[in-house]
Amino acid sequence: MQKEYKTVASIAGPLMVVEGVEGVKYEELVEISVPGEKGTRLGKVLEASEGKAVVQMFESSQGAVTEGSKARFLGETMKLGVSEDMLGRVFNGAGKPIDGQPEIIPEKRLEISGTAINPYSRDYPNDFIQTGISTIDCLNTLVRGQKLPVFSGAGLPHNRIASQIARQAKVNDGSDFAVVFAAMGVTFEEAQFFQSEFEKTGAIEKAVLFVNTADDPVVERIATPRLALTCAEYLAYEKEMHVLVVLTDMTNYAEALREVSAARKEVPGRRGYPGYLYTDLATIYERAGRVKGKKGSVTQIPILTMPEDDITHPIPDLTGYITEGQLVLSRELHRKGVYPPADVLPSLSRLKDKGIGEGKTREDHSGVMNQLYASYARGKDVRELAVILGEAALDETDRAYMKFADTFEDKYIRQGEYEDRDILKDSLGIGWELLKLLPKAELKRVKDEHVEKYMTK
Amino acid sequence: MSTQQEGTIIKVSGPLVVAKGMSTAKMNEIVYVSEQRLLGEVISLDGDNASIQVYEETGGIGPGEPVYLTGQTLSVELGPGLLENFYDGIQRPLQLIEKESGAFIARGIHVPGIDRERKWDFKPVVNSGDSVAEGDVLGEVQETTLINHRIMVPVGISGKVTEIHSGDKKVEDVVAVIEDEHGKNHKITMLQKWPIRIPRKDGGKRVPNEPLITGTRILDTLFPLAKGGAGCIPGPFGAGKTVTQQTVAKYCDAEVIVYVGCGERGNEMTDVLMEFPELKDPNTGEPLMKRTILIANTSNMPVAAREASVYTGMTIAEYYRDMGYNVALMADSTSRWAEAMREMSGRLEEMPGEEGYPAYLGSRTAGFYERAGAVKCLGSGDRKGSLTVIGAVSPPGGDLSEPVTQNTLRVTKVFWGLDANLARRRHFPAINWLSSYSLYDENVAGHWKKEVADDSIDVRNDAMRLLQEEAKLEEIVRLVGMDALSPKERLVLETAKSIREEFLFQNAFDAEDAYTSLTKQYWMLKIIMTIYYSAQDIVEQEDFDFDEFKKLPVMEKVVKSKEIEDGKWEAFEVLAKEVASTIQSLKK
Repeated sequence: MQKEYKTVASIAGPLMVVEGVEGVKYEELVEISVPGEKGTRLGKVLEASEGKAVVQMFESSQGAVTEGSKARFLGETMKLGVSEDMLGRVFNGAGKPIDGQPEIIPEKRLEISGTAINPYSRDYPNDFIQTGISTIDCLNTLVRGQKLPVFSGAGLPHNRIASQIARQAKVNDGSDFAVVFAAMGVTFEEAQFFQSEFEKTGAIEKAVLFVNTADDPVVERIATPRLALTCAEYLAYEKEMHVLVVLTDMTNYAEALREVSAARKEVPGRRGYPGYLYTDLATIYERAGRVKGKKGSVTQIPILTMPEDDITHPIPDLTGYITEGQLVLSRELHRKGVYPPADVLPSLSRLKDKGIGEGKTREDHSGVMNQLYASYARGKDVRELAVILGEAALDETDRAYMKFADTFEDKYIRQGEYEDRDILKDSLGIGWELLKLLPKAELKRVKDEHVEKYMTK
Repeated sequence: MSTQQEGTIIKVSGPLVVAKGMSTAKMNEIVYVSEQRLLGEVISLDGDNASIQVYEETGGIGPGEPVYLTGQTLSVELGPGLLENFYDGIQRPLQLIEKESGAFIARGIHVPGIDRERKWDFKPVVNSGDSVAEGDVLGEVQETTLINHRIMVPVGISGKVTEIHSGDKKVEDVVAVIEDEHGKNHKITMLQKWPIRIPRKDGGKRVPNEPLITGTRILDTLFPLAKGGAGCIPGPFGAGKTVTQQTVAKYCDAEVIVYVGCGERGNEMTDVLMEFPELKDPNTGEPLMKRTILIANTSNMPVAAREASVYTGMTIAEYYRDMGYNVALMADSTSRWAEAMREMSGRLEEMPGEEGYPAYLGSRTAGFYERAGAVKCLGSGDRKGSLTVIGAVSPPGGDLSEPVTQNTLRVTKVFWGLDANLARRRHFPAINWLSSYSLYDENVAGHWKKEVADDSIDVRNDAMRLLQEEAKLEEIVRLVGMDALSPKERLVLETAKSIREEFLFQNAFDAEDAYTSLTKQYWMLKIIMTIYYSAQDIVEQEDFDFDEFKKLPVMEKVVKSKEIEDGKWEAFEVLAKEVASTIQSLKK
């Protein structure tokens, strides 16, 4: 039975207190109608006490009044209607279509908060995903079911990289991905960029978009990634698809969480973010994975912009503690005009070892990866040294390393936005090509037999 | 389980539920919330009202719904069948949860922590008529190929054994009857319960003086942990906390391992679960899982159960300690446990301390680590057990000044500081040798001298000194260049480099390299130090050429000393002599 109350006692920011209520449930949805307004606004119960409910409104509380507003408690928690017809459609942060087409007819309605995957039922992610980007495929390999965030900064081309990954990602067995894309607090232009990218390449047929732009309600921003993941889980575990979820920008999401937390007068943790930021982010990121006995999988690429490029800021910091590695973008490379500006040294994919090698990619993959990594690190050190001592002070080996580092950035990291590199032919091939720049005695991380076999004379 | 009384919910806020009509509730009593019977624990009482922390999600629960009291405090079940299990934070086997609700964890599932149907061959060690006291062993059960599970007289019971039954028994079958001094009969089963927040009784603590041998060189040689000690591993993400914890769990010489994954990644726990049954225990050759209990509350599982998970693990670990085993508990990560406390504290509207953590963070942390210890076991006889605790800490931004790290450092005696810079240079284990410390080095020195070599401690101390000196000298080199150093200083740098690259660097994923015995550790270090000792006066000779010196063929052998098999100590001895004589022959 739905009950309606006219006892709105106070409004502060997105929060509204309704008094004299009975039988209200935690996280129940609430419809609020303001006098003189058509339609209703949606909210959910944040705190249910005897005779009092604190309601968080999904939309702006502007114009809402305490006198005369009506709150109707719907008796159910927030759900998303899902169906395969969602592919190719665009929704807002409340799950309503915004592409001008009619609402979908849901096959079932699922709770958006989802439930935790039983760790006992998880299957370990170990299928190599080819993204066509060398710095990911060869050096920081992504596997199916992984969560690998992109740590970016304001003004860096993370959106172009994300859309390139979404466009090109495929697995060895040839199957490609359905893409679920969630934009949180992005500008209209960014949202438009993704939509038109998807439409241009035809990828939209296999994509579902959830868009919450910067001027959309803050509270919807908190729901957006959960809608996207609910949809992704449905496609993965019930429709046997491999789903790639791109979430951008997690920084906006965390800011929204902080805003609501402050409005609730909660005790703040680090930098004003709520103490439960870690748990909250985990309920999003941990929804990536594979489940035993199910064909589909959910792979996540969350994108976040580090405030002031500071990797110790709470958002990248807590994200790094939950996700299985990170891809860091470099402002320095971006300034040099290198696309994608992948900062190879601090980037890491924790699951790479399980997805590479014989039977997955090629036997020499691990060796090439370590050799390129070590050589580039050494090359960068030498380059710094050369700044202090002058290039003349370097010996021959050091100079070879410096040349290697430069060429590595120019030929290996740099690639075209529409260039889809094959792991064997290109990513490993170019890698071997570059290693020729170094004296053979320096190649300690690759096996001699692989040098024989794969390095062209 | 009987539920006698009920209260009524008046407020729900996340994992916190407040109920009225709870005047008979006790602190830390277990309650079932709503008709869905979600598990909760009473954490504060105010007149008729009780605050309850609920171990499951509370969406859809509201005021007016019932709360059922149970009269019991939050306890774990103890008995044969614990080992090889994979539990959630409140001791529900995840395998049974999967059976009930599939791959996703549903709410309100109640499954027993210990299999009630499985039969165990109980072998009594006491006879009818014997007098027994609390903690005495009544009989034994072969729980796994590795562990002989001792059934002990429960705490609080003593008297005369009037009945004792051997043979195949289920855990709830009566295996003994004890008549106490008042003539009351106590029926003893193999299944016992213990409240998780109360330390189990022991027969008195001992000073820990046996090293916990982990096979990781930097840990055993430089920063040893004693059996019964407490250590912490703080470090930023990506520095290798989990890898270090897992390596210690795999190779250390404790007999029982309790591994608590507290608020960490689901895939990591899956990895452990898939790997441990395959890996062999280096000390016994049996699969590692036979001595392991896993407890997982991954970061997306309910937050209140995360708070409980470390205590669940601790109580189980203490139980095996009481049998007389050396037990090691790994908690990864205690920061998530502290954050769970902070979240509950915030919802209770308590006055916050530093960074929003509750003011009792310090005392709770201390209380947790103090449950570690080497003990004389309760009961007659001379059983000795130990419980070693290793807690990972995840300081935000790698900043060690934050409250959880600071409170932990106050009570742990071993600090293995992980360093992001070392990890970035791919030096693993990325434990910083300058900032880490161990206060057990004196305690375990006796063991080294007796079991390994008389001069083992001196060699270690010299190596430590060189590493310290290296840091100083590197400053100088950075400012004025290598040429400013005296030959002796140059020798220090070279030796320290060898220590770092040959000795401290260790690959946890390489089957050969991952574990090194104490004696081999001693020899590896000794050989590197022999270069230093014997080259002291050589380097000061005129026109001494360091590059030539480094190219001596014997140096190559030093690098390869890692490959000499364990036990072939003569080969090491020969090499040490060769190093010394080769270098001495350079003398003019």
